[in-house]
Amino acid sequence: MKLKQHLQNIIRTEGLQYDYVVRDEDGNEAGYYRALDNVELDVKQGDFVAILGHNGSGKSTLAKHINGILFPTGGTVWVDGLDTSREENLWEVRQRAGMVFQNPDNQIISQVVEEDVGFGPENLGVPTEQIWERVEESLRVVGMYEYRKYSPNKLSGGQKQRVSIAGVLAMHPKCIVLDEPTAMLDPSGRKEVIRAVKALNQVEGITILLITHYMEETVDADRIFVMDQGHIALQGTPREVFSRVEELKGLHMTLPQATLLADELKKRGVALPDGILTIEELLAELEKLMNTRTAAI
Amino acid sequence: MIRDITLGQYYQTDSVIHRLDPRVKLAGTVLFLVDLFLINNVWGYLIATLALAEVIHLSRVPFKYIIRGLKSVILLLMITVIFNLFLTDGNIIFQIGFIKVTWEGLRTAVFMGWRLVMLIIGTSMMTFTTTPNQLTDGMEKGLRPLKYLKVPVHEVAMMMSIALRFIPILLEETDKIMKAQQARGADFEGGNLLDKAKALVPLLVPLFISAFRRANDLALAMEARCYRGGEGRTKMNPLIYNRTDKTAYLLIFAFMAVDIFIGRFF
Repeated sequence: MKLKQHLQNIIRTEGLQYDYVVRDEDGNEAGYYRALDNVELDVKQGDFVAILGHNGSGKSTLAKHINGILFPTGGTVWVDGLDTSREENLWEVRQRAGMVFQNPDNQIISQVVEEDVGFGPENLGVPTEQIWERVEESLRVVGMYEYRKYSPNKLSGGQKQRVSIAGVLAMHPKCIVLDEPTAMLDPSGRKEVIRAVKALNQVEGITILLITHYMEETVDADRIFVMDQGHIALQGTPREVFSRVEELKGLHMTLPQATLLADELKKRGVALPDGILTIEELLAELEKLMNTRTAAI
Repeated sequence: MIRDITLGQYYQTDSVIHRLDPRVKLAGTVLFLVDLFLINNVWGYLIATLALAEVIHLSRVPFKYIIRGLKSVILLLMITVIFNLFLTDGNIIFQIGFIKVTWEGLRTAVFMGWRLVMLIIGTSMMTFTTTPNQLTDGMEKGLRPLKYLKVPVHEVAMMMSIALRFIPILLEETDKIMKAQQARGADFEGGNLLDKAKALVPLLVPLFISAFRRANDLALAMEARCYRGGEGRTKMNPLIYNRTDKTAYLLIFAFMAVDIFIGRFF
């Protein structure tokens, strides 16, 4: 029964705990800092899941557990049914759960875009012709095929991140973990990357775990987990989570402006529904209100 | 200014030279260097220059771009030429005070300068036309026999290619740190040599810290993409010699033979 559950969920954690060892000036162990505390996470195949949290909430630490970069101090992480803490599973886990990091410059290995995308498949020992197929396909999915011969140094931040995503995609993962992929980008670069990520999820059916502190990026997610001090503080659909404005503020989250404005209006007696996420939604709701009001007069 | 350094940077275009097997280019470069040190007359140098010019022409790398790469080593070049010019004994052409110019000095200075310029252009032609990954592959496959002597060929090749990839990034970073320190009153230009050297400390320390951080990030990213050394890796561009490569080898050997013969014995 339990095994079956593991197979259905691409990512599952049970009582996940992680302690960073704190060292004093001489390098002796001076104690530990609990970065993750009893985290229970369940992600279904094909879902788009967002993990939100302010700095130091443990969200990046959680991401590193899914790719087998960090191993739990307590509890277990399963990726596609594989226990990540078992050494023989390590490469299998890393292939099935790809990872995109924050700094676009520090994860591109090669000086030519297509060679960089081919790096993962080369490591996996994929035959040459198949590598080229995978590279072409991956670059097309993220819309970077025309740039395949470029040097990464000539690309913008958003483009570099899309190349990194293609590099992971070429390894044919079931799931991609993106650890704050937009934190170092400008607004237009952020949009580019988020659009590519959504396409991966909707067109390719790849499970996405997006870690971010921008709430706007999570509007289209299937589920949101909000982390605080190493544990999951809130979870639910975007609408459920975003309607808890006061709690989110307490967790140091910056809400989308539309949500904040709707909340302020509601406090002053405007009859708006809960969980407004985008400007469009807010406009539509306000228009509806105006119409009913003019009709009443 | 610091970003003008084009030395060793790949130049993207499509040409015969770009498509050559990296092993050919590696061997060609090494042989060219050997050749440069064996020849010692004008004819030898002229033939080598012509050969290099033809390679540049075939590679479609703009001449301007190549010259820009020379700028960064101009000081070294000048020092070598001047030392040779004034400090070689022999038949004096003219003399002002203790400064004297000799025929032998002039000859050595000209040849030394010429040789150095060709050395630099010759080696950068290889890096202009070969991506670091190809270079890595070429070295790895070309030097494979060394593995039996426990030389970590793959690791060294990988390290070199990554170092090359990070040159422009670190240069940009140096520029940024420099500006940040200047904004807070740091002086990189003034003072004597010792002051200048001291002024570099607030530049180098943050640069090193950032380089280590980058290295750490990169190692993580590589591991996340299943990198586990050279064992069991396949190649995106496996190296197989084709007809052009074989012709290139023939041309290189022919050039070597002719140039060394003329350059030494005429």
